[in-house]
Amino acid sequence: MNLNATLFAQLIVFFILAWVTMQFVWPPIVKALDERAQKIADGLAAADKAKTDLAHAEKKAVDELKKARESAAELRVGAEKQGTQIVEEARAEAARIVAAAREAAEAEAGVAAQRAREALREQVATLAVAGAEKILRKEINAQAHADLLAQLKSEL
Amino acid sequence: MSNVTEAAANAAEHAGAAAAHGPSAGEYIVHHLTHFNSTGHPQASIIDFSIINVDTLFWSIATGLLTIFILWLAARKATSGVPGRFQGFIELLVEMVADQAKGIIHSDESRKYVAPMALTVFVWVFLMNAMDFLPVDVLPALWQNISGDHHAYMRVVPTADLNATLGMSAGVLLLCLYYNIKIKGAGGWIHELFTAPFGSHPVLYPVNFAMQLIEFAAKTISHGMRLFGNMYAGELVFMLIALMGAAWGASGASGPMLFLGHVLAGSVWAIFHILIVVLQAFIFMMLALVYIGQAHEGH
Repeated sequence: MNLNATLFAQLIVFFILAWVTMQFVWPPIVKALDERAQKIADGLAAADKAKTDLAHAEKKAVDELKKARESAAELRVGAEKQGTQIVEEARAEAARIVAAAREAAEAEAGVAAQRAREALREQVATLAVAGAEKILRKEINAQAHADLLAQLKSEL
Repeated sequence: MSNVTEAAANAAEHAGAAAAHGPSAGEYIVHHLTHFNSTGHPQASIIDFSIINVDTLFWSIATGLLTIFILWLAARKATSGVPGRFQGFIELLVEMVADQAKGIIHSDESRKYVAPMALTVFVWVFLMNAMDFLPVDVLPALWQNISGDHHAYMRVVPTADLNATLGMSAGVLLLCLYYNIKIKGAGGWIHELFTAPFGSHPVLYPVNFAMQLIEFAAKTISHGMRLFGNMYAGELVFMLIALMGAAWGASGASGPMLFLGHVLAGSVWAIFHILIVVLQAFIFMMLALVYIGQAHEGH
């Protein structure tokens, strides 16, 4: 526990070491620490921003989905309406076609009936002549009695 | 203390004469507490500035260089990216010191020097204190073999030398004086020396001045003495434990108990000393910051 010149030597070493640390050690470490703190702060801010962005995007997506669902529903209602309309129209058209067909068939049937009637009339005239011939047992001149036969034909 | 030193000198001579049967307990302790200085003999007077302790200086510079090297390793690779474990550990220290300095010294300009100084002091004092963890006889015995002188002195804990601790606390005192003048101006500081702490009255000037001188002296001496006392006592206890272990072969039936006692006491004291080593380094650094911080504040 004696004092000697070591004291001064230690004093000088103390200042030299402190100076070296100040010059070469402290600044780079503190700079790195500050930069890292800044980086972390930036990172946290970015994460926060990303979170709010995500929330926005989710809300937007929900909105879009809702909108899409609504428009789809609208479309379906429209399509159903249109479909019903098309079916109605088709049904009406079909009814019209059926009616027309029926009409045509009826007309055709009428014509056929008329024709049959005409043919019958011819045959009836012939039958009547044949019948009258048999009744009169004499030949009737078809030519001489044409007027009579035509009158009979029109009466049928 | 000079009596002890003379006793040490005598003991060393006696030890030389009685080398055949090894040193006695007292001789062992005294030999271990004597510095390897520039004269080669134990220092006779309490204060002799013509002598320099070579061992203290060597180990303090060696640990100082190690301090700078460790810190420089971290500073060299310092990036803002993800730090490794070593990097993280050094950064932890830097952050700790920077936070303490920020709380105590409210001047960005002063902190540019004082904070690195505090970091250096903390790591350096810790390493110097940690020399205590080496077995007390390893480095002295090694030195005795290298130098060829089997009575060569060697003390390996620089902070167990009052010169080293007072040297550092004197450095802190110089910084305190420098910042007193820098912050308050020479006139302002001299004004404070005579008017604080009791007040500005001509009658009180001498009292104030005396108080200021006592304050500076007390701060500096207690600063250095505290560290010295703790490390000196720690070293001494390690030596006593080593002595206990050394006696185990010579004392017959109680020998195994002494061996066990050495192992037990050595382990307990070494573990406890880890706390002291770190705590004293921290206290030394904190007091340096506090004293320099006081130099920034007016009374």
